[in-house]
Amino acid sequence: MSTDTPNRDTDEVGPTDATVEELRAQVEDLQSQVADLETEAADDGTSMVVIATKGTLDMAYPPLILASTAAAFGWDVTVFHTFWALDILHEERSKNLKLSAVGNPSMPMPNAVAALPGMDSVATRMMRKRIADNGTATIGELIEVSLDQGVDLQACQMTMDLMDYEDEDFFDGVTTGVGAATALSRMADADVQLMI
Amino acid sequence: MSMETDATETLDVKGLNCPMPVVKTKGAIDDLDAGDVLEVVATDSGSMSDIRGWADATPGVELLGQEEGDGVFTHYVEKTE
Repeated sequence: MSTDTPNRDTDEVGPTDATVEELRAQVEDLQSQVADLETEAADDGTSMVVIATKGTLDMAYPPLILASTAAAFGWDVTVFHTFWALDILHEERSKNLKLSAVGNPSMPMPNAVAALPGMDSVATRMMRKRIADNGTATIGELIEVSLDQGVDLQACQMTMDLMDYEDEDFFDGVTTGVGAATALSRMADADVQLMI
Repeated sequence: MSMETDATETLDVKGLNCPMPVVKTKGAIDDLDAGDVLEVVATDSGSMSDIRGWADATPGVELLGQEEGDGVFTHYVEKTE
């Protein structure tokens, strides 16, 4: 220890009032920080963000099934719809989502046949009948239960403009006027992030 | 012990498939009071795993039991808080 500076520890009997005051302020500051963190942790439930990009009948299902189920878990759920997935939120077009017969190896027909005019309609009719016969929810029902449960169904503004869709084309309750930054900021905070 | 006697409310989701049994169960549980038991009657075989998964992951509910017979799957869920 240096001897050319006065030794405060031995000069004083105990900590000065100023030191005590400073420590007390620090303790109070830390206590309030801990309290804030505890509140934050308690509020911070599980959250999920799904990016939906496809607008065919089959691909409309996975985002909505996961979203409605996650909401039933009590999760905070956002589904960001971009490009063809906008049709899922489009009040008119969502009733007419189609299944593509071409390029789908699971289709019970060769691509050469699937490419014939009208084959998408045939495949779509088959799928719709199966959905009805199987007690599978319709896309409309899944949108309704999702919105009822507080799922934030978002429509990407850039692709809305690209496809000439207006706010009023979408179901009531759909969020518009959002872009990639909104999606990313939610994804950064989310526990589950999916792109479908 | 017969579980039916303990049920406060019965939810019939027969004929409905994933994800509706879970979504409707959640909705029905929201309408009940703490301590109430919901009986869920389903025909979706996936509901055996799905209702269990949902109950495990969801605070405030407890799966009391599940029964299976004649293509019907019955679940008993208690609202604990």
